[in-house]
Amino acid sequence: MTETNAAAIGAKQAETPDARHRALFWQIVDDYSLIGIFIVLFAVLSVTVQYFFSWDNIVGLALSVSQIGMVACTMMFCLASRDFDLSVGSTVAFAGVCCAIVSNATGSVALGIAASLVAGALIGFVNGVVIAKLNINALITTLATMEIVRGLAFITSQGQAVGVTSEAFFTLGSAELFGLPVPVWVTLVCFVVFGILLNKTIYGRNTLAIGGNPDAARLAGVSVDRVRIAIFLIQGLVAALAGIILASRMTSGQPNAGEGFELNVISACVLGGVSLMGGRASISGVLVGVLIMGTVQNAMSLMNIDAFYQYLVRGTILLIAVLVDQLKNRRQSR
Amino acid sequence: MTDAPRLEFRHIGKTFPGVRALGDVGFAVRAGSVHGLLGENGAGKSTMMKILGGEYIPDEGELAIDGQVQHFRKAADAIASGVAVIHQELQYVPELSVMENLLIGRLPTRFGLVDRRKALAWTRERLDALGVDLDPRAKLKQLSIGQRQMVEIVKAILRDAKILALDEPTSSLSHRETEVLFRLVRDLRAQGKAMIYISHRLDEIFELCDAATIFRDGRKVADFDTLEGVTRDQLVQRMVGREISDIFGYRPREHGKVRLAVQGVTGRAVPTPVSFEVKAGEIVGFFGLVGAGRSEVMRVIYGADRRTAGTVRVDGEPIKPTHIRDSIQHGLVFCPEDRKEDGIIGVRSVSENINISARRNHLVAGLFVNDRNEAKVADAYIDRLRIRTPNRRQEIRLLSGGNQQKAVLSRWLAEKDLRVLIVDEPTRGIDVGAKNEIYNVLYELADRGVAVVVISSELPEVLGVSDRVVTMCRGRITAQFQRTEANEADVLAAALPEGASATPIRNT
Repeated sequence: MTETNAAAIGAKQAETPDARHRALFWQIVDDYSLIGIFIVLFAVLSVTVQYFFSWDNIVGLALSVSQIGMVACTMMFCLASRDFDLSVGSTVAFAGVCCAIVSNATGSVALGIAASLVAGALIGFVNGVVIAKLNINALITTLATMEIVRGLAFITSQGQAVGVTSEAFFTLGSAELFGLPVPVWVTLVCFVVFGILLNKTIYGRNTLAIGGNPDAARLAGVSVDRVRIAIFLIQGLVAALAGIILASRMTSGQPNAGEGFELNVISACVLGGVSLMGGRASISGVLVGVLIMGTVQNAMSLMNIDAFYQYLVRGTILLIAVLVDQLKNRRQSR
Repeated sequence: MTDAPRLEFRHIGKTFPGVRALGDVGFAVRAGSVHGLLGENGAGKSTMMKILGGEYIPDEGELAIDGQVQHFRKAADAIASGVAVIHQELQYVPELSVMENLLIGRLPTRFGLVDRRKALAWTRERLDALGVDLDPRAKLKQLSIGQRQMVEIVKAILRDAKILALDEPTSSLSHRETEVLFRLVRDLRAQGKAMIYISHRLDEIFELCDAATIFRDGRKVADFDTLEGVTRDQLVQRMVGREISDIFGYRPREHGKVRLAVQGVTGRAVPTPVSFEVKAGEIVGFFGLVGAGRSEVMRVIYGADRRTAGTVRVDGEPIKPTHIRDSIQHGLVFCPEDRKEDGIIGVRSVSENINISARRNHLVAGLFVNDRNEAKVADAYIDRLRIRTPNRRQEIRLLSGGNQQKAVLSRWLAEKDLRVLIVDEPTRGIDVGAKNEIYNVLYELADRGVAVVVISSELPEVLGVSDRVVTMCRGRITAQFQRTEANEADVLAAALPEGASATPIRNT
């Protein structure tokens, strides 16, 4: 019976080579469209925009998206599990302030970094516990913690930028390794590590399963609460890391840093094809999403386009990305 | 009656990426008749209904109403042409009342506000006229699934649909609800409506349908203008393309020691302590009416719902309460009733759905998922259980119900130390061929010494596959029958509330 069944399926497909080719074509379009768009965009800008295609500019571009890139890796997990985190921007600011204050007080940069990483992880842990254990909507929870943590940043810094006295602290943001600045290396490591986590570990696969159907995942033996808490905890940790690096680059911890950061990160993820409905995410998509955002911004700056217009362009790109995604889904289900 | 049939499908074809869902399919439905549509899961029945409802646009062919060719581009086109399709997945607003659901979009208003009194009177009148016993003010979420289905049908009738298609309407209805539905369908036939009726239950087809069409693998394989003189076996044979003499194919086997021992278990939805045992190699069928508390008990045993008292032991080892992972570690697993809500992870691949649990035993360096092994496991089960999918990477939501069920079963078969398998309505909404295959999987497991618990609301199924039948009613175990002493009348009597066989069945 197995044979006849296989034969029947084989026959069914053989009958419609046209349809199969069409399916294959769309599959390829789906898989590579984003990368293609980025390559075309990059090529066009290289030819048309002066100074765009130069090593210095490209390193600058990479540096400018390094914070967004890091946090986009963890935001990807958050969105993939059908959750949401608005508190990362505030965490970035608070971590910077915290690092500066502790470094100055103790005279040890290492202690400052450790303190703000712990603080970031703690913020994430609180988010995770409230969302997973107390069953409060992620949007509301992180909206609240976004306000609270931003408040903490202002309170601890008394509303002022906190300058760091230690020279060692600045090297973190400006030192170069094999021709690339440290923050870019950190971001690259994040992409590799979280890419492996997503695709090759139970943690990553369970994240996607939870996003796809939390009830079914639980009944299949996934520790849903534990995974969700871990996702937020790691998110807080990485946001703090981004905050430390940002503070180092700005040579001070600033309480108003990272405003709108969370939305940029989420935009980059969505642009990279991460589904807000959960269950679908790819690290290469997020990387390209981040790069597209950075490239557009970079080119606009080079072309001396007013910063006000940049908001307009960013929003439009996001809208188009979501529309394209919608069209893709519609074709798949009709 | 005019010459042209009320509804005619002509040479319909529809292809999805990787799957030819329908090819050159045509049949006609007369006004004033009920037309049965039969076929295994994935045969293309539901796709056909979605084309009728304007949700899918056919790649080839056309459909005609009263001889007039129709081109539905969207669901609203179909509705405007007098077509109502009632899908397995109902479309209603759970927070709104029966009245509001029926009148959605055209509630009567007074001074710009909804005129509730008028709406209520109107709804009552219509429900009474149709002989449907529903409270117009009840919210949909408070109703049983059967009652919600009734609301959908009433909605279609009130829209004055002249073509009505019902896709598996009775799969979650109680006996009494089914009777009400049948009466309604017969009334509608008498009023000259053309109806398409999809069901896997052949008894229903014989009881209700005037004509029938059988689909297999996206093609029409048979048309019956009348079902007079047609036998059940003839239909089954055409559906599956082979003969199945006895779909249960039960075979006796030896039973070993007690594997699953449940002692005084209670939970929020299980107020009365429940105790029972299942031996190695034994298949125990749990029978009861919808809402008798069987699923609730099993969910507590598995750890999906909180266990407030009692013990669960597998081979003598106690299972931690409310701890699914501990259950799985001890080889105690559970296939839930509602595949879509609780079973499958729709947007993930067939392979992911199969490997989600057992992968922990095959990690590389204790950390990394072993993709090669998982591919092998997935392909093996796709082959062994004849899961119909273009490949293991296909998103599981795109598979038919029976194939999804087989994938969920595979998830637990892949557990290397499976000891107790609890399956809740494993064949609901599944065609005859797949049912037979699922039964065979259960026998194979029992042969291996697994203790199997099957919850089913279908009496023939329970009697057909079980070594022992346990009946439940209102949260209590009421009786047990060995296979040799079990008969339909006694088992049913034990499952019915005392002296209440004729009263309405309430399921909340």
